[in-house]
Amino acid sequence: MAVTTLALATACGSSSHPAAAANPSTAIVPGSGQSLAGSPGATATGPLAGASDMPSMTGMTGMTMPTATTGGAPAAPVAGNAVQIMNFAFAPAALTVKAGTTVTWTNKDSDAHTVTSQGSGGPLASAALSTGQSYSYTFTKPGTYAYLCTIHPFMTATVTVTP
Amino acid sequence: MSRRQLLRHAGWFGSAVVLTVAGGEVVSHIAHDKDSAAAAATAADANALRFVQVSDSHIGFTGPANTDVTASFSEAIEQVNTLGFRPDFVMHTGDLTHLSTAAQFDQVRQMLSEVRTGRVFTVPGEHDSVGDSGRAYRQAFGAGTTGDGWYSFDTHGVHFIALVNTLSLEKLGHLGTDQIDFVRKDVAGLSSDTPIVVFSHIPLFAMYPAWGWSTDDALQVLALLRRFASVTCLNGHVHQLFSKTEGNVTFHSATTTAYPLPAPGKAPAPTPQVLPAGQLKGALGIRSVTYTSAATPLAITDTRLA
Ligand SMILES: [Cu+2]
Repeated sequence: MAVTTLALATACGSSSHPAAAANPSTAIVPGSGQSLAGSPGATATGPLAGASDMPSMTGMTGMTMPTATTGGAPAAPVAGNAVQIMNFAFAPAALTVKAGTTVTWTNKDSDAHTVTSQGSGGPLASAALSTGQSYSYTFTKPGTYAYLCTIHPFMTATVTVTP
Repeated sequence: MSRRQLLRHAGWFGSAVVLTVAGGEVVSHIAHDKDSAAAAATAADANALRFVQVSDSHIGFTGPANTDVTASFSEAIEQVNTLGFRPDFVMHTGDLTHLSTAAQFDQVRQMLSEVRTGRVFTVPGEHDSVGDSGRAYRQAFGAGTTGDGWYSFDTHGVHFIALVNTLSLEKLGHLGTDQIDFVRKDVAGLSSDTPIVVFSHIPLFAMYPAWGWSTDDALQVLALLRRFASVTCLNGHVHQLFSKTEGNVTFHSATTTAYPLPAPGKAPAPTPQVLPAGQLKGALGIRSVTYTSAATPLAITDTRLA
């Protein structure tokens, strides 16, 4: 078994350590005002902190189901309303369509991707698209729609909708 | 860190290396038996803090890069359970699942419950937040957390902060003002000689922004930690070992239990890498960290699955 050992002499190298000396506790205690996160392991000992309070769900947007279809990927790039997801990129990265157009994204990669509006409140919200799966959305309002893959957020692109 | 120092770290894979950090300067050399012996001696100290970092298990992944990620994760858990000591806690730094499905969360939760340790902590990866802003993750693992899943805790005189930087992604990891405010209040009352360890999925340093391997507002958190003498940031996401020191802060990227990713820029995209037969386990592993007191070094040991 190969082992990589990193021995770090920290800058915290004074022989006196007030924080540790004042609080030699070896118990795991939650930060001030919090309850203990995580869950007990297989050999947990001692009283377990209550794990009943769920976190707040702020910032969460409603989940919309995409119109995902399995298999049956378009044979050839369709001019104007098709985006291929290939090699961790959207192609074309900038698409222009007229209002009323339905755009279809198809994942040609072996890894999963999503089609998700940037920022909050955008209309594009696919589930994870496996290989060959598609997601469609009909643009009704003119404007520029920036989107990305939430799994690989460096994958970004836009759809511009003209009247 | 200078370019020269970065280059010195580029060739970690495949050899045992000891890094010594002193005064911000990183010096690496090939490991000798005495280093392992020192680490083992520290690990044997009953008063020492010992914890394990596991990362990027991607339960649910199917592909040639690892045709059985469940078996690999089982093996990693078995490795934790046979370290020769019971870690105070185990931290999984994200991408527990591949696609955030209920079944995947359930499976990884059950598997993690078999780890022989006092407590299991997690932070979410972007794969754990697919399509629902992390709701399913928080239902499975968010008990006791605040905000979108962040929290802190103390043990052995060390302060630990677990951050969520996989929501609101736009190219890079992102923390957001609520979470930065949380850190500000969280560390406000701490003495500056309290050692700080920060966990996040995506690196807090600019490891390779072109692939999203950075966090756009991390500097705001690091500024809050600047007054602390010792800050160690441990992350996952990049599926490979990497270390970097900036002033009082040392960053360590962990490896994965699932499949390797290419070194920065060494491929067109960060796609799962298929290794030659028999070499996969050498790219997978776990990390254990030992800390006795401020007077002794923090020892970080990365162990391969094979
Ligand atoms: Cu990952």
